[in-house]
Amino acid sequence: MNAQLISLFAAETFEVPANIAFSIIAIFMVIAAIRVVTTDNVVHAALWLMVVLGGVGLNFLLLQAEFLAMTQFLIYLGAIIVLFLFGVMLTRAPLGRSDDLDNKQRPIGIVVGLLVLGLVSYSVIKTFGSDKLDFSAYDGSQAVAGNNRTEALSDAIFSQYLIPFEVISVLLLAALIGAIVIARRD
Amino acid sequence: MLLTQFLLLAAILFSIGVYGVIVRKNGVLVLMSVELMLNAVNINLIAFSTYHGLGGQVFALFVIAVAAAEVGVGLAIVLLIYRNRRSVDIDQLDELKG
Repeated sequence: MNAQLISLFAAETFEVPANIAFSIIAIFMVIAAIRVVTTDNVVHAALWLMVVLGGVGLNFLLLQAEFLAMTQFLIYLGAIIVLFLFGVMLTRAPLGRSDDLDNKQRPIGIVVGLLVLGLVSYSVIKTFGSDKLDFSAYDGSQAVAGNNRTEALSDAIFSQYLIPFEVISVLLLAALIGAIVIARRD
Repeated sequence: MLLTQFLLLAAILFSIGVYGVIVRKNGVLVLMSVELMLNAVNINLIAFSTYHGLGGQVFALFVIAVAAAEVGVGLAIVLLIYRNRRSVDIDQLDELKG
């Protein structure tokens, strides 16, 4: 296991800058995610969540999914964080520090979290070992060369995945109407 | 870059989200932990889409849309709980307990 981990970090075909960027982003993301679930200030939790979501967007950029990265920045950083802050405000959550945010299940939570982490990472390392990322699948079926992945993505959405896309639109509409009906004061 | 490093980062984020869902008792914070888990899944989808074509990216978009719907409905429910009980402590919602 240990030798496997060492070989994971010492492979010779590393693209060094991408890996340095990934390491820095990953460290920030993990620290921020831990702060989201441990901080005793609700507003700070929302702001730390913003760091995690931004890091996820940067990971999309590293994986060369530019359209998804922009969607992540616009929808999550722009809309969902604001929605959370509205939720904090409307439920009159304590704005300062509060020691009443966690229940008494911390040992269970730690055990379950570590079990999930151990199981998933064991199977991931065992299955994918040191597979390298190749981005050939993005361009494989595209005759046009160059930087046209957003074009290919839009083609995929509006041809092969058209029906799921329409179903998602109806789902979003129904969910938003449902949210209005639930939260309406009458 | 290796595939495994993205999958491991996603696994770490997911288990932190699981911990948050179990431990937090403020409804808004539980929804934030669920967001952590959904984003971890999105990283997995994008990482695998480098192998299997653009379907993974399309479904990551769908996950983002469903997450937006989930947050909308979830916050509406939390708001309703607050309006009825003057608190968003979800551990007090134990009417179903025998």
